[in-house]
Amino acid sequence: MQPLARTLRAMLEPILAISLSLIALSALLAVSGYSVTAAMTALWHGAFGSWSVIASGTLVRATPLLFAGLAVAVAFRAGILNIGAEGQLLAGAAAATAVSMTISPAFGLVGSCLALMAGAAAGGVWAGIAALLRQQFGVLEVISTIMLNVIMLHLTGLLVRGPLQESTATFPQSALIDQALRLPRIVPGSRLHAGVVLAVLSALVLAWFLRSTARGFRLRMTGANPRAAASAGGIDVAKVATAAFIASGAIAGLGGAVEVTGVTYALYENLSPGYGYTAIAVALLARLNPMAAIGSAFVFGALEAGAAAMQREAQVPAGMVGVAEACVILVLLASEWIGARAGGWSILSRGGPPPEQNLAELATRGEQA
Amino acid sequence: MTTAAPRLALNAISRHFGTVRALDGAHLTAQRGEVHAILGENGAGKSTLMKIAYGLDQPNAGTIEIDGKRTVLRTPRDAMALGIGMVQQHFALVDALTVAENVALGGFDRFDLKATADTIRRLGTESGLGLDPMARVSTLPVGAQQRLEIIKALARNAQILILDEPTAVLSPTEAKDLLDWTRRFADAGGTVLLIAHKLREILSIADHVTVLRRGKTVLTSSAGAVTEQLLADAMLGAAPTATRMHNDTSPRVARGTPTLTLINVAAQDEYGVARIADATLSVNSGEIVGIAAIEGAGQRELLRVLAGRLVQTNGLVKLPGSVGFVPEDRHRDAIVLDATLTENLALRGAAKRRGSMPWKILDGITHALLQTRDVRAVDARVQMRTLSGGNQQKFVVGRELADSPAALVVENPTRGLDIRATADVHAALRAARDAGTAVVVYSSDLDEVLLLSDRVLVVAAGVVRDVGSDRDAIGLAMLGASR
Amino acid sequence: MNTLADFLDASVRSATPLLLAALGETVSERSGVINVGLEGTIIVGCLAGLAAATIVGPTAALAAAGIAGLIFATIFTIIAIWLGADQIIAGTAITMLGLGLTGTLYRVLYGDTGAALSAPTLAPIGIPLLQDLPLIGSALFHQPLPTYLAVALVPAVWWWLNRTHSGLAIRATGENPAAARSSGVSPRRVQTIASLFGGLCGGLAGGALVLAQVGTFAEGMSAGRGFIAIAIVALGRWSPLGAAIAALFFGMASALQFLFQSLDLKLPYQIFLALPYVLTLVALAFARGRYRAPAALGARVGAADVS
Repeated sequence: MQPLARTLRAMLEPILAISLSLIALSALLAVSGYSVTAAMTALWHGAFGSWSVIASGTLVRATPLLFAGLAVAVAFRAGILNIGAEGQLLAGAAAATAVSMTISPAFGLVGSCLALMAGAAAGGVWAGIAALLRQQFGVLEVISTIMLNVIMLHLTGLLVRGPLQESTATFPQSALIDQALRLPRIVPGSRLHAGVVLAVLSALVLAWFLRSTARGFRLRMTGANPRAAASAGGIDVAKVATAAFIASGAIAGLGGAVEVTGVTYALYENLSPGYGYTAIAVALLARLNPMAAIGSAFVFGALEAGAAAMQREAQVPAGMVGVAEACVILVLLASEWIGARAGGWSILSRGGPPPEQNLAELATRGEQA
Repeated sequence: MTTAAPRLALNAISRHFGTVRALDGAHLTAQRGEVHAILGENGAGKSTLMKIAYGLDQPNAGTIEIDGKRTVLRTPRDAMALGIGMVQQHFALVDALTVAENVALGGFDRFDLKATADTIRRLGTESGLGLDPMARVSTLPVGAQQRLEIIKALARNAQILILDEPTAVLSPTEAKDLLDWTRRFADAGGTVLLIAHKLREILSIADHVTVLRRGKTVLTSSAGAVTEQLLADAMLGAAPTATRMHNDTSPRVARGTPTLTLINVAAQDEYGVARIADATLSVNSGEIVGIAAIEGAGQRELLRVLAGRLVQTNGLVKLPGSVGFVPEDRHRDAIVLDATLTENLALRGAAKRRGSMPWKILDGITHALLQTRDVRAVDARVQMRTLSGGNQQKFVVGRELADSPAALVVENPTRGLDIRATADVHAALRAARDAGTAVVVYSSDLDEVLLLSDRVLVVAAGVVRDVGSDRDAIGLAMLGASR
Repeated sequence: MNTLADFLDASVRSATPLLLAALGETVSERSGVINVGLEGTIIVGCLAGLAAATIVGPTAALAAAGIAGLIFATIFTIIAIWLGADQIIAGTAITMLGLGLTGTLYRVLYGDTGAALSAPTLAPIGIPLLQDLPLIGSALFHQPLPTYLAVALVPAVWWWLNRTHSGLAIRATGENPAAARSSGVSPRRVQTIASLFGGLCGGLAGGALVLAQVGTFAEGMSAGRGFIAIAIVALGRWSPLGAAIAALFFGMASALQFLFQSLDLKLPYQIFLALPYVLTLVALAFARGRYRAPAALGARVGAADVS
């Protein structure tokens, strides 16, 4: 009975968040003088109108969101506030492009795999810088990952105007990746590529890893209560957190690599329309659960695909969807507060406050404990 | 004595945190010109009572009167406005700011650090508590930080000053200077509420004493009318006949082999303060060794060295491969509230585990543990958060004993537990001992230590001593009193 | 050399909105609140500035932009400080909200095409004699109102933080909220004031961007300036003067691309755009003692302490 009730309650919250956000979206549409029905119909058509729309629109957009969402989820699970998925994703895209440009098309599928591996490695390295800064110098990962996001954006700009620029040297983008090195399309006549399978597979592997392996268990315990993990479990929490940070970057990097080899076929500066930030909403809506992230990424993929259609068909600005996404996060944060009041359960059980605050708390709480 | 209303009266104050009753109708009355000592064991409610008097905490019931006028203290600001100042046990100073800035913090008048610095210098000269106003707090030694806390209160014209264990962190000379100063402060018309442990110290300085035990006021008297023995009895409670040390009734003949051994060990706390100076001791298999100590005597660090959770700064430590540890703050150090019971079980030994997690098997072990330890839970897959405190503690004790460790270290194992859960935890510890585990028990309740232990070691001021099994002798050794 | 004077002039212009936003964020972070939603606040200020300028003229519009930023920041304040949610996540949502909301409203207000609408801008105010100084005259003494405002705010914020009770309370709360509370300060109230001030400055920054620099609105025109401001605060080591120097540094980096264009240099200016961020990371890594981040930055205070 208890597990069922728990599952129901876990389902209730995301549904509530999405519903409230759609209501907010409708209200905004109405206030702005748009026809709510027309806009919502367009949204629906753009997201679920036909099988080909689902494949070419929703699923294609959901793929990078799932990778980035998994990256955010695994970091948050370990108590790391990685908001650098955007930069790590770009790093992965850049590395995958570089490899694809270098190797011979004769490599075929092996070449694609090499490109994807290079992408994951680059994402891991990019996150590793922030992990190192956190571990060795105590730099807040929030600030460092923001910096690294911007640095990677400029670095990409540099690459597509320099070493990776297309041969005519006119446009700030790379040459197209050779047919042979692209990810294969899996639904004929659509843009859906093998990357979506890889993303879902990643979610499954990550879910298995967190639930069933000793390393995954250590990661979760480190995030949920680092002091108990260290004291009762003897876990080296600093090491676990660093490893999780790098893994998180690698997943985001893989997502970037999949995006260039599967969708855009070329590197350019605005490759990611903020996937790394939307990923935070994806992860939160999934309550940091990799399996649930599949559904959550699908929802956001649908929203993004629908938004494009809404703009095309009902002339509704796509920015509306950003509002809806933000509402999802804000509603979830508020419901966390209500939940904490009602009985102490939270979306983000990131363990205790940072050590500094623990000391500060000790200072006034004294012997209450 | 004047017939005027008391300077400060705390009437029938009750305060509970969840199921734990920190204060249960405690009362205290202090006069002008008086050094008023407040005594009690750890957890007796002294600090909570003083926080209430300073507006840092609100009582669930009871009233506060100042000069006969009933008042409500919602925040420290309210208390300050009425002339109440407090020096907390763990200082409430901002390290990154200077002395003068800390004094100015929260002030109302015109912001003028020069004037504040002058005030600090003037108060320093008047009181003998000198400080450099421009020094950064992080550079100050502990004694100076405490002087700063007092100056902070004085700068706000505090007339009622609460000092929570002020001498615990001071050297003997510093402590004497401080106590002399409190005397002068009281003689000048102030009121000092002094929480302290060292009986001799208190009797030499205080005019009046109030003793708390388990949240209640059990004794209030002028200092001249009590003896050290009387105070110790009031604090620790009259020895009930049942709380004899175990080996008094049935001396244990079987002596095991040394399992935990410390030789000339020194250790520091997390702030880098030396807490254990020189500890040499050995705990054998199949015995329960009790640790008796007052708060801050160094027992916290000693227990963690014995449990392998703290690395000594000096000396030799010999521990078996597996030591169970039940820390006093279980929510912070022992369990993960948002994880399931099975996951909490798996936490022990998690560092060394490889490959995949055998959840089915672990569920089975957890289930068995729930049965044998009588932990009331729906099943092994519920969140730890859903268990009551007593059941959580029984779970932790059971977990730490699940792999039959060679040694077990427990710290305040029954704090906040009801009678039944307490009895269950005690039985578990005895059973572990009988099965050959070397058990070390610390409790802030001396009677609990005596009840459980085969042998008692006293930790006082970082030194470990064996003073035999006599309750009075142990009590006085803990309190640093003269023999 | 006229080009160099133009470069300095462009640097100061680019630095102005950055400095305004960074000063507000400095105050906010000193109280322990990091507002990643600053980007959203700035763009809200942009749109409010544009809309108001068409009605009440550019000077009053600057004030309107500030007020809009302040109002928008109350959402963050409620979620992150009063409900005690995670500051970073709340801030990210606020940025998304700001970008989405302004993109939508702009089209609603000025048509589906989003045709560039130009607003009356703030003319440079020359200071007699000084503006004629060679090289730096134009850069320092021939600037529109927001630049003078930002420069004046530097000592003002310094004064506030270091020479007033409320400033001391802000600094203490950012370091040790529990100790501040024990000294009679309400951490929640202090953080509310500090983060609303951050919103005000963020709005002003947006207003400055539209009214003194660009003269129109475009979707996403804040272009990461909120994140730059956060970098500036860190590089400026949480002091107003440091923020001024760091903002000028970032301003120069972005003005370099115009310099290169005018000199017809083919240097990769992205390196110079990225350089300040790299330096910020290095500065953070080696920050020690009083130059480090406030100890309680980003910590949840509201939920834990009932204050």
